Amino acid sequence: MELKSRDFSDAKRVLKIRKLEVGLTGRPDAVHVLNEIDLDIRAGETHCLVGESGSGKSVTSLAAMGLLPKDALEIRGGLIDLQGFEITNATAAQMRELRARRIAMIFQEPMTALNPVLRVGEQIEEVLNMHTDLSQSEAKKRTIDIMEQVHLPDVERIYSAFPHQLSGGQRQRIMIAMALILDPDLLIADEPTTALDVTTQLQILKLIAEMQERQGTAVLFITHDMGVVAEIADTVSVMQKGRIVERAPIRDLLKNPQEDYTKKLLSAVPNLTPRSARDVSGKKDVVAVEDLNMTYGGGGLFRKSDEVKAARDVNFSIAPGRTLGIVGESGSGKSTVARCIMRLIDPTAGKITVAGHEIAKLTRRQLQPHRKHLQIVFQDPYRSLNPRWTVARSLCEGPINFGTSREEAMEKAAELMELVDLPRDALARYPHQFSGGQRQRIAIARAVAMKPDLLVADEAVSALDVSVQAQVLDLLDDIQEKFGVAMLFITHDLRVAAQICDEVLVMQRGQVVEHGPAGRVLSDPHHDYTRNLIEAAPGRHWDFANFRALESAPGHQGAIA
Amino acid sequence: MTEIPTSRHSAFHVLTGLFSLPAGARIGVGPMIAAVILVVIVLATLLAPFYVPYDPLSMDAMGRLKPPSEAHILGTDPYGRDIFSRVMMGGRVSLLIGVGAALVSIAVGLMIGLVAGFFRAADGIIMRIMDSLMAIPAILLAIALVALNGPSLSSVIIAITVPEVPRVVRLVRSVVLSAREEPYVEAAIALGSSMPKILIQHLMPNTFAPLIVQGTYICASAILIEAILSFLGAGVSTEIPTWGNIMAEGRTYFQIKPGLIFWPGLMLSLCILAINLLGDTARDLLDPRMKKREG
Repeated sequence: MELKSRDFSDAKRVLKIRKLEVGLTGRPDAVHVLNEIDLDIRAGETHCLVGESGSGKSVTSLAAMGLLPKDALEIRGGLIDLQGFEITNATAAQMRELRARRIAMIFQEPMTALNPVLRVGEQIEEVLNMHTDLSQSEAKKRTIDIMEQVHLPDVERIYSAFPHQLSGGQRQRIMIAMALILDPDLLIADEPTTALDVTTQLQILKLIAEMQERQGTAVLFITHDMGVVAEIADTVSVMQKGRIVERAPIRDLLKNPQEDYTKKLLSAVPNLTPRSARDVSGKKDVVAVEDLNMTYGGGGLFRKSDEVKAARDVNFSIAPGRTLGIVGESGSGKSTVARCIMRLIDPTAGKITVAGHEIAKLTRRQLQPHRKHLQIVFQDPYRSLNPRWTVARSLCEGPINFGTSREEAMEKAAELMELVDLPRDALARYPHQFSGGQRQRIAIARAVAMKPDLLVADEAVSALDVSVQAQVLDLLDDIQEKFGVAMLFITHDLRVAAQICDEVLVMQRGQVVEHGPAGRVLSDPHHDYTRNLIEAAPGRHWDFANFRALESAPGHQGAIA
Repeated sequence: MTEIPTSRHSAFHVLTGLFSLPAGARIGVGPMIAAVILVVIVLATLLAPFYVPYDPLSMDAMGRLKPPSEAHILGTDPYGRDIFSRVMMGGRVSLLIGVGAALVSIAVGLMIGLVAGFFRAADGIIMRIMDSLMAIPAILLAIALVALNGPSLSSVIIAITVPEVPRVVRLVRSVVLSAREEPYVEAAIALGSSMPKILIQHLMPNTFAPLIVQGTYICASAILIEAILSFLGAGVSTEIPTWGNIMAEGRTYFQIKPGLIFWPGLMLSLCILAINLLGDTARDLLDPRMKKREG
C-alpha cells in the first residue's frame, strides 16, 4: 500500500517541543506525567502520536494548546515553541489570541465540543467575530465558504441547524471548519475519528488530508489506532508511560520498528485476514434465531409515534464451540439483536431457541430458569461490575441464584480467577482496583461461572487497548475451546471479527445484508455495503504484525490505490 | 499472573464506599466549626436533664421576668420559669422533631422511590400522587391536623413529613432510573437475580449518598418549620418547651425581655446553619464528579 512518508526536513518548523516535563500540580515528588518530550512538526507534515491509554498523548497536545487543567497538571520544565513564540510562558490573553489563529484543535466527541443550543453556523462565525474585524455579511460569507470546503451538503440548511440535527460525521466536519477557518499553522487532532463509524472515519481522514494539502497546515494527530496511523502519518512518535520511545517516518516504523514496545504494539494489531474456520462439529445448534423483529416506538396514547425497525427478520443459528460475528456500523441493529437474545429487551416478533427451549415469548418469571444458558459480556468494563461489590460477590451472584451454596460458589470463583489468569487474592478486592483489561476478565469469569451454552460478547473488546484486546480475545478463544460454548460476537471492528469469528453476519439498518463463513465474507464480499465496510477499514493493506504490506489485500481489489 | 495495583483504601472504606473521601479532599475550616457547634448543641440538649438547675415547667409567681442573676443565668420568663433550663430542654424536642422528620421522610420516600423508579407501570401513578402531596403546604396541613387531633409531637412530625416525602421520592426515583441502565444491573438480570434482590442490593446503595445530603436539609427545615408552627400556636403543646414555642410565648414581652426570643433564636439559627453547612460539605464530598477514578 502507499504510505505517505514524505520528507519535510526542508520545510519550515511550526512546533518545537524540547525536554517538556509535566507533573502533578502541588506534588513535586510524584512521578512526572511527561518526561523529556521532544517533538518537531514542520509545515505540511502529519505527525502521529500513538500509544495506549494513559501514555500521555493527550497531555502532550493539551500542553501545546496551553490547556492543561491547572489544578491537576503543570509544566515543570522544557520548552514549547510555536514559530518562535514560547507557549510555556504565554499569558492567558496571549494564548487566547494564539488559538484559532495559529493553533487549533479538534476533539474526539464533536457532540460535546459543540454548543448544543447554538446554530452551528453561528458557532463557526463566532471564531471570526472573536479574532477578526469582518463585517456581519463578510463573516457569513467566509463561514459558508469554509463549510463548502469541508464538503458539507446543503450548506444553507446546515448553517442554521443545531448540533443534534447533524450526524456524527457532519458534526466533526463542522469542528474541522471551525478549526481551519482562520488558516492556523498547526492543527491538533485528538482522536478525531475514534467515535465515528469506519466509512465516516475514512471520509474525515481524507478531508483532513485535503485541507492540509490546500493550506499547508502542520497536523499533530493523536490516535491509538495503528490502521489510522498507516493511512495518514508522515512521521510517527510512539509514546509509552509519558516518554517518546521511538520516532520514525511511517514506512521505517511499520517495516522496521526498533523498540520492543513498538514491536509489541504493532504485533497486537489484529490482521484483517480471517482465521481459518473451525470444523463444523456436527452437533445440534445450541441457539437458533428465526425471523427476529424488534420495532421501537409505534405506541403513544393519542397518535402513533414513528416506528423504528431496529431489527428485521434476522435469522441465524450457532453450533456449540463456534463463533458468529455480527458486524455493522452504529445504528445497524447489532446490539439490539444481542439484547433481544439476552431478553434484556422484548422482541416484537420471532423465535429464539436456546438449548431446546423457545424463550422469545416467556415472561420474566418463566424465563428465570433459562437465564443460566445465556450470558453476556458488555463493552464498558468500568460500568459492568457493581463498584460496591467485591469481585468474589460479583462472581458468586449467578451461581447462588441457581441454588449453589455460598461455599461452593466461592470455590468455583477461585477456580475461575485462575482460568482468567488473575490471582486468587483478587477476589477480596473491588473493581476500581483493577485495570480495564482485568475488569473485562472478571466480567468474562462472571459470565462463565454460569456454564452458559451461549456467550454473547457485545463489543467486549472495543474499549480496550490493542495489546489488552489481543489478550482478552485469546482468553475468549481458550474458554470456547475448554467449554465448547457457542459465542455471539458483536463488533464494529472488522479486524477483531476476522480474528475470532467462524461466521459473519453483516447488518445494515436493521437488516442482514450478508451472512456466511468469515473467510468468504471478508475476502469476497457479495454485498456493496460489506465491500464499503472492508474498504473503509484503515490500514487494511498493511500486515502490522509481520511488518510488511499485504500482498493480497482483503476485499475488492483496486478500490483505493 | 497480572499485577494488580494496591489500593490506598482500607477494606472498611471500600466496603462502605460512601465515606471514602476523594484523594486530596480537604475539609475547610467552616465545616469544621459547624461540626463542633452541632456536636456541642446536640450534647448540651441531650444531656440537659442532668445539669439544668430548674424544672423547665415549674413556675414561680415571685420571680417573674427576672434579669440574669446567679440563680437564673438568663433570667426568668413571665411565669417565673428559668429561661436557661427551658432553652436547653426545648432543644431536645426541636432536635427530635428534626431528626425524626428526616428519618421518617427518608424511610418512606426511599421505599416509594425505589418502586417508582424500577417498575414502569407503577411510576406514573405514584408520581402523580406525589405531585399532589407536594402541593400541600406544611403549615396548612399542620393547622388542619392540630385542629383535628390537638397539638402533639406526632401531628407536627406528620405535617412536616408529608410534603417532604415527595421530594425524597423524586430524588430516589431519578437515581434509580439512571442506575438501572447501568450494565452491571443488566448483568445481574442476565445472571437471573430476582427483582427484589436487584432493587435492594444493586440499586438502593446508589441512593444513600444523595439521601444523606437530602436528610440534612430536611432536618434543618423541619426544625425551622416546627418553630414556625409553634410560634403560630399550631405546634407542640405549650407544656413541652421547644425553641419555637418559647419564642412564641416571649413575643409579647419582647420589649422588656428580649432574651426570651434571642436565646432560643440564637440556638435555632446556629443549629440550622451548622446542619446546612455540613449538608453542603457532604454534598461536595459525595458528588461523584469530585471523586477521581482510581486503580
